[in-house]
Amino acid sequence: MAIEVRVPTVLRTHTGGEKRITGDGATLQELIDDLERRNSGLKPAIVGGDGQLHRFINLYVNDEDVRFLGGIATPLEDGDSVSILPAVAGG
Amino acid sequence: MTRAQGNGRFDLDQATYDALVAHARSDFPYEVCGLLAGKDGRVARHLPVSNAARSMTYYEMDSRELLKAFNEMDDADLDLLAIYHSHTHTEAFPSPTDVELAFYPEAVYLIVSLQYADEPAVRGFEIVDGHVAERAVHVDGDGATAAAR
Repeated sequence: MAIEVRVPTVLRTHTGGEKRITGDGATLQELIDDLERRNSGLKPAIVGGDGQLHRFINLYVNDEDVRFLGGIATPLEDGDSVSILPAVAGG
Repeated sequence: MTRAQGNGRFDLDQATYDALVAHARSDFPYEVCGLLAGKDGRVARHLPVSNAARSMTYYEMDSRELLKAFNEMDDADLDLLAIYHSHTHTEAFPSPTDVELAFYPEAVYLIVSLQYADEPAVRGFEIVDGHVAERAVHVDGDGATAAAR
């Protein structure tokens, strides 16, 4: 089971500068926990203390925003691709 | 006019500059937003993105369109150069919310102000870890301000 994850510039300090990393997991939650084991510091940048996705982080599975799927419980399959993009917002 | 420490320049061609102002005017009084992509500091593509908030004081890029724009940049081997949005009633300087939500340290944040309808203003900033530095916007042919600082 391999899921490819695209990491934005701002989070590459947690991946040794890597733009693409791979992880495992049957759900997005499991994938994030797996990534955290490999790249310490990534999880707190994505998930809050309440276990939910940060308000200003967008996660996509196969180009669909997971807020329109199952959120952090979205199931994953081998070969899926996940993208992380910080929101672009301001006043 | 609010000022920040200067940190170099940001080059815009006249057509892109005009397109940014036209986009800002197109949904006045609501804020608009988008991305500029290019190579080696030269803008090659203008990617307008919908403001999902459609507000006069706030913008948040539509998440699906945002990913589409990033994929388009990847496919064309272009870098993200700038993130722009409009201020329809205030000057072209980052608001506290702009600074708080600046998650792209590699991009220049351009602000198009329509505070004075007949005199649109475009200014550029780096916003890194809460620190704002100005990147002076130079439009092609704008010889008067072409000196690099």
